[in-house]
Amino acid sequence: MVATLAVHLADEAATLALGARLARVLEPGLVVHLVGDLGAGKTTLVRGALRALGHEGKVKSPTYTLVELYKVSRLDLYHFDFYRFKDPSEWEEAGFRELFGEAAVCLVEWPEKARGLAPGPDVRVTLALEGSGRRATVEGVTDRGERCVARLREGPG
Amino acid sequence: MLVLGIETSCDETGLAVYDTERGLLARALHSQVAMHEAYGGVVPELASRDHIRRVVPLARRVLGEAGASPADLDGIAYTEGPGLAGALLVGASVAASLAYARGIPAIGVHHLEGHLLSPLLAARPPAFPFVALLVSGGHTQLMRVAGVGRYRLLGETLDDAAGEAFDKTAQLLGLGYPGGPAIARLAESGAEGRFRLPRPMHASGDLDFSFSGLKTAVRDLVRGEILDAQTKADIARALQSAIVDVLVAKAAAAVRATGLARLVVAGGVGANRHLRSRLDAEAARCGFEVFYPELELCTDNGAMIAFAGALRLASARDRGSATGGAVAAEGPGPHAFTVRPRWDLAALAPAAELA
Repeated sequence: MVATLAVHLADEAATLALGARLARVLEPGLVVHLVGDLGAGKTTLVRGALRALGHEGKVKSPTYTLVELYKVSRLDLYHFDFYRFKDPSEWEEAGFRELFGEAAVCLVEWPEKARGLAPGPDVRVTLALEGSGRRATVEGVTDRGERCVARLREGPG
Repeated sequence: MLVLGIETSCDETGLAVYDTERGLLARALHSQVAMHEAYGGVVPELASRDHIRRVVPLARRVLGEAGASPADLDGIAYTEGPGLAGALLVGASVAASLAYARGIPAIGVHHLEGHLLSPLLAARPPAFPFVALLVSGGHTQLMRVAGVGRYRLLGETLDDAAGEAFDKTAQLLGLGYPGGPAIARLAESGAEGRFRLPRPMHASGDLDFSFSGLKTAVRDLVRGEILDAQTKADIARALQSAIVDVLVAKAAAAVRATGLARLVVAGGVGANRHLRSRLDAEAARCGFEVFYPELELCTDNGAMIAFAGALRLASARDRGSATGGAVAAEGPGPHAFTVRPRWDLAALAPAAELA
């Protein structure tokens, strides 16, 4: 079975709910890329995941700060946003390499802006417009990512 | 007290010389935008490398314009955070080295405190206490400001900053990035009322903001329209109206809730003319006063850092502390320095308590 999950997201609540499902399969060291245009719901998905993990504070867009750190129940979670990079070398310059590792979960918006330098994904979530809602595609890219997506498919919807 | 200010938190290198007796004596700003134009827009220059190239020549320039030499300086203020670590380190290390060489204190300043206090540099400065609306590409906050370092957060954005909503909508309309000023220009020729966007959290009853949903709303508008020049202008108009409506309503609510009579507007979006005229009208209607920094001091600059640093150094001096600043108080030695890429404004100590 190919480790892919595709779902229609009718509204923001559905995006938050998918984030909550995703939260259940996150584990330290996992890199998740979030791909989709402005307004597709990438930050909303992260908000859904963080709420499900027990984070009660705000989940602000990391566009200007480039990264937000969350320490939730069992995980250190970095929420990156490379939207403002004009050149992938800025990723190196920002000193983010040390933040990617086995200790933390890294959720990355606009990973293509650091293409070739930032670590590739274990799991890729693509959000595209579909009707008045969104189509979310969750793919396992590495073996570890495939196992996560398999657990995501098996878990409650 | 003569203070050199160094701002390198993002992609502008700002230097200034401020004197507590004579006011702002000189300032200079280098932005990457201008550099890209000079090179024909082809050099993907990195912020921290650019700061390294610019900071010393700009320091010489402002000292020259102020008619001062490094020997005349009583202190050096630099942006300690928040911002990009590599960019911050340039300003911090230059400030600490120069301070070490001259035997004077270097003091780290919170970038947002610089913005908050920048209206005090205007010809008509507000008196404490006041409500501050800090609104920029990275921040949207309402704060109660009782004095230097005495800040209480009243409300803030739950997701995107107002400036970010401007910038990202500009991207959706094909206006380039950052596009806040482009939206504002375009909005002037837009028709009011052709498009209607939501006013997120307008009636939420608190002082928080949410602007992330506006991107989606604009995206839905853009999909159903042929994007000719007039349509773009009309969408820009609708976006600006939506953001300004919410900012004005929440700022006025904050003034009412605190019972204060003064509102201070700071940050890049504070340069928006529609926001200014709407706030002025609301202030006249409700009986409070609005204060703005001069336009050049709305965006990142060295003057606000020199000014905030000078206030803190002067306060420490008046309390009899020889070395003054936070660096000496917290660091392992008088010339150690640090940067704080992430730094909560509410964690700042009031100036009077530094010693």
